[in-house]
Amino acid sequence: MNKILLIIQREYFSRVKKKSFIVMTILVPVLFIGMISLIAYIAVKQNDFGDKKKIEVADESGRFFARLKNDNSVTYTAAKDLATAKSSFIKDGYDYLLYIPASMEGVQLLGEKKAGPMTSGKIEDELTEIIRAQRLAEAGIDSVTLAKAQKSISVASMQVTEKGVKDANAGVAMGLGILCAFLIYLSLFIYGTQVMRGVIEEKVSRIVEVIISSVKPFQLMLGKIIGVGMVGLTQFVLWIAISIGLSMAGGTALMKNSMHNKQEQMAQMQHVGGNVSVATQQVPANETSGVMQAIAGIPIAYTLGCFLFYFLFGYLLYSAIFAAVGSAVDNETETQQFMLPITLPLIFTFALAQSFIINNPDSSLSIWLSMIPFTSPIAMMIRIPFGVPVWQLAVSMVLMVLGFLFTTWVAARIYRVGILMYGKKASYKELAKWFMYKE
Amino acid sequence: MISIRHIVKQYAAHRALDDVSMEIEKGTVFGLLGPNGAGKTSLIRIINQITAPDSGEILFNGEPLNQVHVDRIGYLPEERGLYKKMEIGEQILYLARLKGLSRPEALKRAKYWFEKLQIQSWWNKKIEELSKGMQQKAQFVATVIHEPELLILDEPFTGFDPVNAEVIKNEILELNKKGATVIFSTHRMESVEELCDSIALLNLSHKILDGKVKTIRNSYRNGTYVLEYEGDKIPMNGSAPFAILQETGHDGYRQVKLKINEGSKVNDLLHYMLPLAAINKLEEVIPTMNEIFIQKVGSSNA
Repeated sequence: MNKILLIIQREYFSRVKKKSFIVMTILVPVLFIGMISLIAYIAVKQNDFGDKKKIEVADESGRFFARLKNDNSVTYTAAKDLATAKSSFIKDGYDYLLYIPASMEGVQLLGEKKAGPMTSGKIEDELTEIIRAQRLAEAGIDSVTLAKAQKSISVASMQVTEKGVKDANAGVAMGLGILCAFLIYLSLFIYGTQVMRGVIEEKVSRIVEVIISSVKPFQLMLGKIIGVGMVGLTQFVLWIAISIGLSMAGGTALMKNSMHNKQEQMAQMQHVGGNVSVATQQVPANETSGVMQAIAGIPIAYTLGCFLFYFLFGYLLYSAIFAAVGSAVDNETETQQFMLPITLPLIFTFALAQSFIINNPDSSLSIWLSMIPFTSPIAMMIRIPFGVPVWQLAVSMVLMVLGFLFTTWVAARIYRVGILMYGKKASYKELAKWFMYKE
Repeated sequence: MISIRHIVKQYAAHRALDDVSMEIEKGTVFGLLGPNGAGKTSLIRIINQITAPDSGEILFNGEPLNQVHVDRIGYLPEERGLYKKMEIGEQILYLARLKGLSRPEALKRAKYWFEKLQIQSWWNKKIEELSKGMQQKAQFVATVIHEPELLILDEPFTGFDPVNAEVIKNEILELNKKGATVIFSTHRMESVEELCDSIALLNLSHKILDGKVKTIRNSYRNGTYVLEYEGDKIPMNGSAPFAILQETGHDGYRQVKLKINEGSKVNDLLHYMLPLAAINKLEEVIPTMNEIFIQKVGSSNA
């Protein structure tokens, strides 16, 4: 027991102290958060990044031009008549010429280059809004009545359980399920491969025989698996901590920024006196609070507990197999023939997870996949946010533990022979033979 | 110290050891000899409990071999190495602690050995930065640091230059003098004669010879001598109690390799020669272990 601890210690510290570990641990969340915030920043500030379009408007009916509003992305200028404007708008420094025929049929946006969807979409929206307001006014409906009538409805997806009715926002559940499944998928690959490399390293450097004259091969294998697993946990915890830290810091900065902008906007609006914009601001606020509610509706401890369980046992199960593969080969290139059958169930489940399981969490295929130990870590994590019957979860977990014990037993039998075999091309037949060897 | 009794080890279609028995006495240097593939490594791995025999048993000081004994054995495998990217000092401490030493104790002994072998300046170097000889020295320290009662050394001198091989040989002998039993597996027969008290010779999974080196060599004496004298060629007639195998020499100084006839003695030889020549030297030619090895393995293969 003491010796396993020593092995775990060495496996853990020799990896954690590596420069590549430190760099990866810091770089991944920084890049990740950096990328997300850059995208968010550009999305928020796109008007500032995009240049201001100057548009000349040829309005035959004369009803529209006065109502078109300039903002920080477009400025409208009235044209005298279509024919002269058409020939000279580019020369006069305009980007586009907007032609609005009296009939309203065949509105055109002319330009040297095709207008981007942002610009054309904006114009479409404005024209539509103008016409709608006009027609409503003609029909005798004022804007206050209209605002009252326009109530946006959001469907609250509720889940009926024994304890009562529970909030279940499908979108958030999906997101959470995919995130957990993805993390498990990724970590099985990353850390499983690390275990395999570690085994190959010991074999290639020929230290393995020295070590197993002190400890049992099984102790060495288990120590390595646990050590690397702890490295994985450490890296995850650090990633999450750094990500939260960064996004909180970034979030506050962004908040301040946008609050500042909002205040400015509000001030402007009070001058203009338009109350339409106030209504539009409330919609996203409602949406965010819906997401917040859904997140609050997910039992954090339960989900986290399941995640840790499937992460841990999924890792243990797969890394034992990876260790056996590592022991059977003399270098990493030889692992290819074994890698595919090992990773196939993972890839298959993950591909299915994003399309089938997430849309049919209670279909029998989904249930089966969440029971089989080789696929359950991913399949079950997708299902959990949607609610899984306790008995199914229990069966899946018991099978997971049994599966782990079984694969570790098989892997250990191959491992103990494999690590002492040099220059022998390992085939499946050979592995079976090793498995059958007596102690 | 070690009693090996009727060990059988079967690998699929190949029987690596077939009813092998031997006794290794406490405080001796025991040579485990044999050509490649004879079963030496299989036997050594069984003593180290890396693998287990299919049948037969091994006693360690009279007790059946078990995990407790692992810490009392030091093993230097033929296929050896260390972690390439780990600092050498840390690595020795790790291996010593795997053998049951506490960290402070391991540190104290590692320092002692590093100084003794003059590699203390390498403490913080990684293995990949060291020369082959340096690595071997470090590996040797890892083998002996826990002061094992039994040292198992598989080809310990490979990778050493002659100077360092001598250093390591003296360290082994010193440990032996302090009471360690040594099992020494090698092909190099000259080191066997120099180091070993007893040997066992394995060939094709069987033990074909064992015993004390002196006894074995004596049992292979066949009455061959080298005689050096000043005088003329020996006149050979029926009365000479020996046959000449080989004769060299010039200017009255001659060397003759001869074989004494069955039933005759060295005194008969001297008696015959004394009137004929001035004898400078007479020495018995005892077969070397190398010759015995080749002869035994050759005849058991035939």
